[in-house]
Amino acid sequence: MAVFNLTINNTDYKVDVDPQMPLLWVIRDFAGLTGTKFGCGIAQCGACTVHLDGTAVRSCSIPVSSVGKQKVVTIEGLSENGDHPVQKAWEEADVPQCGYCQAGQVMSAAALLKDKPHPTDEEIDNMMSGNICRCGTYNRIKKAIHMAAKGGQS
Amino acid sequence: MNTSTINKNINRRHFLKIGITAGGGLVLGMEWLAACSPSGSNGPEVMQTLNAYIKIGADGLVTIMAPNPEIGQGVKTSLPMIVAEELDIDWKNVRIEQAPLDTDKYKRQVAGGSGSVRSSWEPFRQAGATGRQMLVNAAALQWKVDPAACTTEAGMVHHKSSGKKIAYGELVEKAATMPVPENVQLKDPEQFRIIGTRVGNCDTKAIVTGKQQYGIDTKREGMLYASVIRPPAFGQKLVSFDDAVARKYSGVKDIVSFDDKIAVLGRSTWEVMQAAKAVKAVWKDDGTLESTADYKANFNKILQQLPKESKRKDGNVKKALASGAKIFEATFECPFIPHNTMEPMNFFADVKPNSVELYGPTQLPDRVRNAIAEKLKIPKENIKVGMTRIGGGFGRRLSTDFAEEAVAVSQLAKAPVNVIWRREEDMGGGYYRPMALYKYKAATDSNGKLVAWHHHSVGVTGNTARENNFPAGAVPNLQVDTHEYKSPVTTGPWRAPIHNYIAFAEESFLDEIAHGVGKDPVAFRLELLELARTQPAGKVDYDVDRYAGVIKKVAQMANWGQPKPGVYQGIGAHFSFSTYVAQVAEVTNVNGQWKVNKIYCAVDCGTVVNRSGAETQVEGAMIDGLGHAMFGELTLTKGKPDQTNYDHYRLIRMREAPPVEIAFIQNNEKPTGLGEPGLPPVSAAVANALFAATGHRFRSQPFMNSAAVFSVQKQSEV
Repeated sequence: MAVFNLTINNTDYKVDVDPQMPLLWVIRDFAGLTGTKFGCGIAQCGACTVHLDGTAVRSCSIPVSSVGKQKVVTIEGLSENGDHPVQKAWEEADVPQCGYCQAGQVMSAAALLKDKPHPTDEEIDNMMSGNICRCGTYNRIKKAIHMAAKGGQS
Repeated sequence: MNTSTINKNINRRHFLKIGITAGGGLVLGMEWLAACSPSGSNGPEVMQTLNAYIKIGADGLVTIMAPNPEIGQGVKTSLPMIVAEELDIDWKNVRIEQAPLDTDKYKRQVAGGSGSVRSSWEPFRQAGATGRQMLVNAAALQWKVDPAACTTEAGMVHHKSSGKKIAYGELVEKAATMPVPENVQLKDPEQFRIIGTRVGNCDTKAIVTGKQQYGIDTKREGMLYASVIRPPAFGQKLVSFDDAVARKYSGVKDIVSFDDKIAVLGRSTWEVMQAAKAVKAVWKDDGTLESTADYKANFNKILQQLPKESKRKDGNVKKALASGAKIFEATFECPFIPHNTMEPMNFFADVKPNSVELYGPTQLPDRVRNAIAEKLKIPKENIKVGMTRIGGGFGRRLSTDFAEEAVAVSQLAKAPVNVIWRREEDMGGGYYRPMALYKYKAATDSNGKLVAWHHHSVGVTGNTARENNFPAGAVPNLQVDTHEYKSPVTTGPWRAPIHNYIAFAEESFLDEIAHGVGKDPVAFRLELLELARTQPAGKVDYDVDRYAGVIKKVAQMANWGQPKPGVYQGIGAHFSFSTYVAQVAEVTNVNGQWKVNKIYCAVDCGTVVNRSGAETQVEGAMIDGLGHAMFGELTLTKGKPDQTNYDHYRLIRMREAPPVEIAFIQNNEKPTGLGEPGLPPVSAAVANALFAATGHRFRSQPFMNSAAVFSVQKQSEV
């Protein structure tokens, strides 16, 4: 057990947990932010994707002790009013079915667009193939990412 | 003018009675947390209950109850659309609320069998139209005019000749006290303004901002998280366990055991999952532990003999096979596959001495309630089951095991609990799509006409045939024989049960026969359907014209028979859940690998309620079906699942998902199922396209095992 000070969505949290506890569970069970989802626990499905200093990471496989001073952004903190271009595009393209994987999909897509504001289909495939959607919404996700990229242009 | 009395109405559908009984007072809406509003407005309004489905505020905002569990099939959006249409309101003023479990009021509160829209179409239209008529009657009374002279539009009642108009919000208090009209007029489909349009999933805003709660997110005062250790192999039992080390783990509060399982309880999910790994359990075999190879051998042995009774017998198959000009034989294999809902199994339970509160993802809340009432011997009225939005069902959540476990754990620990399954437990936990083996024999006559068809199959527990489905009815001599194989492995419904593998086997075999007699696979199917129309053999479940309609449509969409150079086509068609679907898959060779680059799909599901929802259901089902046909396989070694997480079990990912093109046949038939029917035809369409490309038949799923002709990417690439 050890005390960690974390900055999640610009709010400071102090937790006393096992240093090996993955960031995902600190976010969900201790910070009480349940928008970030548990899917596999081994960084294979992407449901737990958050941003660590702006980079998309699988929070299920990052021990809390390795977070340090890096800023954590979860789906709840992606935008103040749910109006990030990716969130708006997701609504516009009517992406979610069950919706469970979508927080992770949105966080991966937002990180992609930050690096590559106008990604090609192949770049989208490469970035997004780490996020599984059992409902099969992949084509709408791709469409929404292109829409968000276009929105950024205008 | 309606003259019915309250007494006359008492035996009508219960939801119509609610308008009377609840009409007297103003009520606050329930379950506000589960509500969502397309217009983005939140916060409870004081609303008047018009009937069990409809509440209208003085400001004109309308709350419509969504009674069925939402597993991603879109019914939380599409069912209220049906009510809103007949109520004649503007969709932007609608907010949707998840109804509590109340089968007296709502009857069928189920997510399964692609049945929600099918079974709700008439009653939900009636509910909306009845509400509309009550509002019209209230306006007519106020204006002292004939209700028949009043019209409605977008939440207003109009009286054309006087030019008077009034909003529903101003009428609802009066309307709710008025007699419930009978024989209300439903709209002509020509007048539909909401049905058939594109309406977004009502929870999307909450989903993309992380506000949407799922069962796994449930946390209550005093609640403990629980991780359950279950037998590692099917056919094993618990002998003893040592939890001394586990109890010392940080955050652990209690460890209990029940039904060959051990539950570790504590303050956080990860802590109890870690501590569970430290419990030393001793297991013993209870009977034979079977491996995948054993099933294959035993299945083949079983199929050496026919069962005592056939499921269906038309004509004389034995004779027709003996005298056929050409004989066809093929064997098709389908593996076990887990459901892999993205939200792992979980359930909240708070068991008190004579009452239980349950909350969580279930496709059958009523079955959960009944199972717990039976188990705890308490009246079902004392059991409250709350419904969450569900992170995927696919049939897994039709079972009640996860809820029963949560109840057992809560009862033993004397605390509210949320039992959360690790992915390994979820994938290794059974209720799989049954493994099955099909042997087909067929004969054609000297004109290439299909004259005999013998279906002979075996699967792990449960049925393996849909004996009245095509090509039954089109073949004069047809026999369907099935066997059930008992196994310790638990199996259950998996998206489009039975259809998902029988469509693969039958549509592939039909393709083999068509090629074998030198006929075009599309023309061959249409010829058979023509026979089913003109000389039907025995009972059939399908409508010949609608079946042929989707085949013709998809052939036209895909420019069947004239693909672009380097493109190879295959067709598959199937009828399930009263819906007709035909698909053409196209494959091309990209850098030495065969790749599905497009799938066309024609669907006849009658009236399309929500065009956006309908398209995404079909598209998702196609990609889901493609992924499982390509990659899905769970194998067992001595009863133990070999794949328990996504490092060894492959689900389709974005780069493997092809574009799809979907067309709905336009008609005014009643809406039929849509959550499942898009899935069954895809595996055969792809297998048949791969045959066209390679000359090799893909008779075993998953196709990725046929690596000789179908190169696959390594899982480690992602």
